[in-house]
Order: sequence, then C-alpha cells, then structure tokens
Amino acid sequence: MGVLSFLFSSSIGRKLVMAVTGVSLIAFLVVHCAINACVFFMDGGATFNAAAEFMAHNLFIRLAEVGLIGGLLIHIVQGLSLTLNNMKKRNNKYGSSPKRTNSTWYSRSMGLLGTILLLFLVMHLKDFWIVSRFDAQGGLTESKTLYHFMLEVFTNPVPVTLYVLGCISLAYHLLHGFQSAFQTFGLNHPILTPMIKTLGAAFSIIVPLVFASIPVVIHLGLIK
Amino acid sequence: MKHSMKVNLQVWRQKNTQAQGNFENYSVETNPDMSFLEMFDVLNEQLIHDGKEPVAFDHDCREGICGMCSMVINGNPHGPKQAITTCQLHMRSFNDGDTIVVEPWRANAFPVIKDLSVNRSSFDRIIASGGFVSVNTGNAVDANNILIPKDIADEAFEAATCIGCGACVSACINASAMLFVGAKVTQLSLLPQGQSERQSRVVAMVNQMDAEGFGACTNTGACSAECPKGIPLSVISTLNREYTKAKLNGI
Ligand code: SF4
Ligand code: FES
Repeated sequence: MGVLSFLFSSSIGRKLVMAVTGVSLIAFLVVHCAINACVFFMDGGATFNAAAEFMAHNLFIRLAEVGLIGGLLIHIVQGLSLTLNNMKKRNNKYGSSPKRTNSTWYSRSMGLLGTILLLFLVMHLKDFWIVSRFDAQGGLTESKTLYHFMLEVFTNPVPVTLYVLGCISLAYHLLHGFQSAFQTFGLNHPILTPMIKTLGAAFSIIVPLVFASIPVVIHLGLIK
Repeated sequence: MKHSMKVNLQVWRQKNTQAQGNFENYSVETNPDMSFLEMFDVLNEQLIHDGKEPVAFDHDCREGICGMCSMVINGNPHGPKQAITTCQLHMRSFNDGDTIVVEPWRANAFPVIKDLSVNRSSFDRIIASGGFVSVNTGNAVDANNILIPKDIADEAFEAATCIGCGACVSACINASAMLFVGAKVTQLSLLPQGQSERQSRVVAMVNQMDAEGFGACTNTGACSAECPKGIPLSVISTLNREYTKAKLNGI
C-alpha cells in the first residue's frame, strides 16, 4: 500500500481516484447504452433479451461487474467524502454572490448531481438489475423477459419522469466529469485536449439521450 | 463628462480574527478617474475626520505587481473586470449611485486579520516548503550558459507571472490553492535550474497545501477565470502530472 496510500490521503491522489473510477464508469456506460439501444431493433425485444442474457451469464462479464461495483462504491464514497471535506474549507460564506460567469453551475455541483445519480441508481438497480441477476427476487421467465419487464415498468408515468430526470443529471455530471478526468490525469495537449473536450461534450449529450429516449418511447407505445 | 460620482458601499468590518464581522454602509463622493483603492483612501479620510476607525485593507505597489490588494467586489475577487487587480480597477467601471459590496477573501486558510485584510502566510509556508534550487556557486556564470528554448521560457514565464494574491482561492468553491501551487510548480519544473529538486519539491508543496486547510480542486476553472494574471488551468494539470509521477516514484 505504501506507495499508493496517497490515493486516499492527498488532495491530488484522491481526485486521481475519482478520475480513474469515473473513466471506468464511462466505459461501462458505453456497453450499457449499446445494449439498451437494441430495443430499437423493433423485434419485440429479441436482440435486447439475447444481449441481456449474455451479460447475465457470461463469466467474464460477471467478473467485470464485480470490479465495476467496486469502482462505483469507491467513486461514491470518495466523492461524498471529498465534497463534505471541501464544504468545510470556507466557514464564513460570502455576503455577495457574483454573477457566476467564472465557472459552470454543473462543475460546481458535482456532489449534488452525484447524489441525485446515487438515488436514481438505487431505484434503477431495484427496478432491473436485481430481477435480472437474482432469480429468487421475482425473477425472469421464458414468458416474462427483461424486455417485458421493462415495458411494464414504463407504462407508469412516474418512473418515466424519474428516469428522464436521472438522465439529465447524468448528462450534466458527464459534461464536467469527462473532460475533468483527463485534466486530473495531467493531460494537457494543444491538439488532444480540445478533442477530448469535444468528444466529452458529444458523449455527455448522446449517451443520456439514448438512455432517456427508451422509457419515453415505451411509454408512448412506440415500441412494443 | 461628469467628474464626480457617488457610490454606496457595503464594507465588511471585523475587529480581529476572532470577532464576528458585519457589513457597514457608507457613501463616498468620488470621481471616475480614481482607482478603487483611492476611493477607499477617500472613505478612510472621511472616517478619520468623523473620528471613526478607518477600514483596514492591504495594498502596496498599486500597480498590479505585489498581489496585496485583496478585495472581493460584488462577489468577484479584484472586481468585475478581467485580468486586473483591485488597484488597477477604476471607478469608471461603476455607475453613479451604484451600491458596491466589498468583503475580504474568504477561506479558512486565509483568516481575516482585520476588516478586508487577510493573513496569507499559508501561501508563504507553501513556497518555503518548496525549498531551494541547487545552483553552482563561484564566479557568476554567463547568462547564456544554460540554453532554454523560447517556447519553454515563455511557458515558464507565463506561470511565473503569478503574484501570489490568492484570488484563485477566494473564487474557488472549494477554497483550493491549486492554481497558485500549480503556477509555482510548473514554472520550476519547466526550467533546467529546477530539475534537481523537481520531484521532492512538488510533493512537499502539495503536502503543505493540504496541511494548510485548502480544499481539493474539482476543476471548475473559477480560479483561472478570476486570476488577475490569467494563469491558465493547464498549470493544474501539470501539477497533477508532476505530483503523480513523483508519488509513483516513491517520493
Ligand atoms: S494564480 Fe492568479 S489568482 Fe492565484 S495567486 Fe497567482 S496571480 Fe493570484
Ligand atoms: S496593490 Fe500591488 S497588486 Fe494591487
């Protein structure tokens, strides 16, 4: 541990951990988004179910999942503790609030956005992940696949609204987090850095948009 | 052009570090050509004339190079204009009759000494922790003995223009000092003279920065936007890189 203890003690080490876990969560989002997008094949969920089935039973994926959950937990715990710590660095608040043109609101609200995402995640895992992974919890059957299950959840407008709100928080969290991670890695390049910023912005809009479109489209009955 | 103007001030008054402070209202007859600090001089003369305690504020060079004039003006460190210090701000940037709120840098690592004057010794201790730079003693060496490419010299110089004012800390939602520390580390790690202590220096300075109670950077960019010298955010990524490399080398 010796050499690596700075990852949990120093300000720079800690944000490095946020960046590394953040980027692995971004990689996970790519896979997740690709699988979700399978619903747009309009084949009654056949492709989607096949992909979901593969993810649930492939050993390599299950192992990666353990790593992912570990990374996610570290991202959450480290993020919350950093945010709470940072809030203790200015006991006397400013009396005047400037027009905050010096930074974006979402870059200043990563803790808040992250907390919203955490709440969303609890709901989301309860809705889908638990059913798809633990057969004992109601479970999936031949006649009731994950796809059917999803159609059922999104008939109700409440989850649809919550999912869209969750995706909006995700978009803003990514909009700052994506490029911020590379800044933390110390990458500062005249050509690469602007490219990463553009890529990050595109990713932050497209991925949450694909995610959010699914509950909406299902609710409107556009896919069955 | 009208040559007198009146502004209403809400100024933070605080007797000492322990005391509870509060805003006091004043109105000052000034003119558009005065600097912000000259307007404060007028206010203080007025206060002294009335037998009241003048407002304590820091200043020295009054030409944007010493970094002393720490005032948060209407919520912006060094006022509403970009890339200037408070002493370079003029009353023509405001309108007749404006109400202007003036308060000190606020961060636990910069305790208020009195009114608008804050203690920035934490910055001095960070600099001191960076230690020395090894140089040969003896006869003065020829100025061109060490060759430094122009682009490196320019980048190092840009970082070296940091005047240590602390506006970056005051603007940051996390009260982080990373722009300041990044500027110092970048400057010395770019130049040949800074190589011998390159790794130990960055680790010592970051340790000191954390120990002084500055927050952790979340890359909001507010520091660079408010910096009177326009120190770029890239110095923080250099700092991250230098620090991580040194730590992975076991320093
Ligand atoms: S980086 Fe800019 S704002 Fe911070 S101390 Fe240096 S000159 Fe002042
Ligand atoms: S008084 Fe020296 S920079 Fe303003």
